[in-house]
Amino acid sequence: MINLELPKKFGPLVGQAHQVATEVFRPISRQYDRDEHARPKELDMLAALVDGMNDGADLGGAGATGVRRTTGGDGENKNGSNMSTALSVMELCWGDVGLLLSMPRQGLGNAAIASVADDEQLKRFEGKWAAMAITEPEAGSDSAAIRTTATLDGDHYVLNGEKIYVTAGERADLVVVWATLDKSKGRAAIKSFVVERSNPGMILERLEHKLGIRASDTAAFRLENCRVPKENLLGSPEILDAKKSFAGVMQTFDNTRPLVAAMAVGLTRACLEETTRLVKEAGITVDWDRPAQSQPAAAAELLAMEADYEAARLLTLEAAWMADNGKPNSLQASMAKAKAGRTCVDVALRCVRLAGGVGYSEELLLEKWARDGKILDIFEGTQQIQLLIIARQLLGKTSAELR
Amino acid sequence: MYATSGALDEKPSCTGTFSYTVCGMASPTSASIGLALRAVRTLAASDVLDRLGVRDGAERVLYRTTRDGFRAVGTAGRTFTAAKRAGRPARLKPTRSGLFDLTPTDEQQMLVEAFGEFAAKKLRPAALDADASAAPPKELLAQAEELGLTMLGVPEELGGAVEERSSVTAVLAAEALAHGDLGLAVAALAPTGVATALTLWGDADQQATYLPSFVEDTAPAAALAILEPRPLFDPFTLQTTARKTASGYELTGVKSLVPRGAEAELLIVAARLEGHGPALFLVEPAQVEGLSARPAPAMGVRAAGTADLKLEAVAVPDSALLGDGDPQVYAEAVRRARLAWCAVATGAAKAVVDHTIPYVNERTAFGEPISHRQSVAFAVSNMAIEAAGMRLATLRAAARADAGEDFAREVAVARHLCSEQGMFIGSEGVQLLGGAGYIKEHPVERWYRDLRAIGVMEGALLV
Repeated sequence: MINLELPKKFGPLVGQAHQVATEVFRPISRQYDRDEHARPKELDMLAALVDGMNDGADLGGAGATGVRRTTGGDGENKNGSNMSTALSVMELCWGDVGLLLSMPRQGLGNAAIASVADDEQLKRFEGKWAAMAITEPEAGSDSAAIRTTATLDGDHYVLNGEKIYVTAGERADLVVVWATLDKSKGRAAIKSFVVERSNPGMILERLEHKLGIRASDTAAFRLENCRVPKENLLGSPEILDAKKSFAGVMQTFDNTRPLVAAMAVGLTRACLEETTRLVKEAGITVDWDRPAQSQPAAAAELLAMEADYEAARLLTLEAAWMADNGKPNSLQASMAKAKAGRTCVDVALRCVRLAGGVGYSEELLLEKWARDGKILDIFEGTQQIQLLIIARQLLGKTSAELR
Repeated sequence: MYATSGALDEKPSCTGTFSYTVCGMASPTSASIGLALRAVRTLAASDVLDRLGVRDGAERVLYRTTRDGFRAVGTAGRTFTAAKRAGRPARLKPTRSGLFDLTPTDEQQMLVEAFGEFAAKKLRPAALDADASAAPPKELLAQAEELGLTMLGVPEELGGAVEERSSVTAVLAAEALAHGDLGLAVAALAPTGVATALTLWGDADQQATYLPSFVEDTAPAAALAILEPRPLFDPFTLQTTARKTASGYELTGVKSLVPRGAEAELLIVAARLEGHGPALFLVEPAQVEGLSARPAPAMGVRAAGTADLKLEAVAVPDSALLGDGDPQVYAEAVRRARLAWCAVATGAAKAVVDHTIPYVNERTAFGEPISHRQSVAFAVSNMAIEAAGMRLATLRAAARADAGEDFAREVAVARHLCSEQGMFIGSEGVQLLGGAGYIKEHPVERWYRDLRAIGVMEGALLV
């Protein structure tokens, strides 16, 4: 039966996450935006709390590991861990996106492991914080073009190459590195390897200075004869046909895109609430019943932004709901990511403008959210990549036809 | 045939070979049927669809609009026999569900498939002519009734199809019909809106007087008239007035773009009740003096046979006031009307996307399909994203309405999305077809015109 309200059972989880966002994230938000590269120690203790939330019985997780799929539904409608994870991510990013990305054990690498690891690996890497290393200086959106190599040598793979834009790369325990087993075999040969952060073959080159999410460290690595145990390859080592194999690693993204969309939804909510408050102080509120064009321009703009927020949020929930119910959601995940990513940038920037000098100054967090939000339309697949994925599916085109 | 059975113990007669046999059917025995859609059950058992699928060649009489000013309305229309009914009016139960869920019930799914097929086989082929002549083919409207459309607004205990609030069902039905043609969908859906309004807010006598006619072979031409012809129209600031008289009310003003307004047999008219605020009044054109109509073909939604109505001191009895003139009732009517327009917008938007995809795949330029260009492909992606977003927002508002939750904000945002993004989709549809989109060989130019109605129209429909 069609219902787009959230189940009551998620109330406590959402409430907890909101409290964390209010009591922990917001008060230190500005500090770690200024002190880029300082480790937010406040989060270590918090992470334990989130671990506890993850163990919350059948409620599913609050963190990145909640995206593991149970295959095939029994037909009974489920609201599970994909949804609860999306909801808690929304709340935490209502608090601070950079701090969420710095939460131990909640990295996108953890989502990757949860998505594609076998049960043995899942157990072995449990409780570790995992970052994700895909991008290279010459391979960004075109992840099939990565040049980092993995060569089998006895019981180890030897990795060589360069990785950039590794979120939480400095602080994490593990880094999931994408590398190719055979450059001549194209995307079929691309596999992901779990590398211990302490591995001497993985050398931290630098930490980036960024527009936003400055609380989160973004690392660049050099892999120099980096030896990784054979059993740290996620998924199958066989180079199967391109479609199947690459689809395997890409499936990670089907699971993480709704999470990034959820981040954008949370940040959008923060901007809208703050701006609604500020504009109200200036004497303007939205009347939901009167036509927008007969209301003050600021009210009409708020209504328009609420509308895009609504669409972004519901598309995100749809993608998560499909995952919970064993429905293929690649299309919906990309739609959610595309809509939520562009909405959060658009809304944040308009909110700064509506709030005027107050919004632009560092007194409030609006200007920071407008900087933070931009990454959400870039990482885990840019806006343009999402549109490409969506178009290929809708039009029935291969990546060779629609490039 | 046009006489309306007043007393409720009189079952509607079971004539008409193609009609739903709503009479004599056992009342639902199982409370487990979430949505007791008698229409659907009947549909499943009957061959009505097959017959609609093959039955053809019946003479279609196109109603040519005349443009000679306002004419009296309803001279040939039916009269309703005022009926009394003891006890409380029939009200539908709210429906609630605990979990987030996007799966329609089995009943809803069947209904969507039935209406979808009707829309594809009957509405779409008739749309071009109906648009040109600015009138719906009467035979099509009769066929829509055969599918049980108007019954969707009437409670089971009054011979209708529903026992629970069913905005979601109505939204799904409207979406399916509008995928065939928005204008014809509006023509077919307008009476259902009036029935729904009576079910929601009519008192026992009003329900007994009017609702039985909606489950007859031929439901009355009926519509909700709110819009007035002026820029920046606000339904909460009406210029049509209702003046209290000794025996009732006197309505004066102009209403615009009322579906099938010139042939209306029953109207719900929004007017500002002096000293009170906006309120809704039941008007029977055949019973009143001073009501005239003028065909008012517009940019789009022409197949609905839109007309402007002029009310010159139209006298109606005390019993014409709907919902006791409660301002909350009026506000909810405005919201539900907007929701209905969102529903038809989602159907039309999907039609644009569905039509555009094969076109850009087949059309070649510079030696390959134009869909191989990102500028074209990304436009398709954006159309699909926004179509999905506006649909979810519409469903959320409808589900909240069914659950008895406040849905003012949800309707407002859904309407904004459907108005902005629906129009974006309509415009991109024409753009991607280029010159072919601009000529009437393809339906996209009509959808472009139809989709501009969202954000303009108030009233007319209601879910």
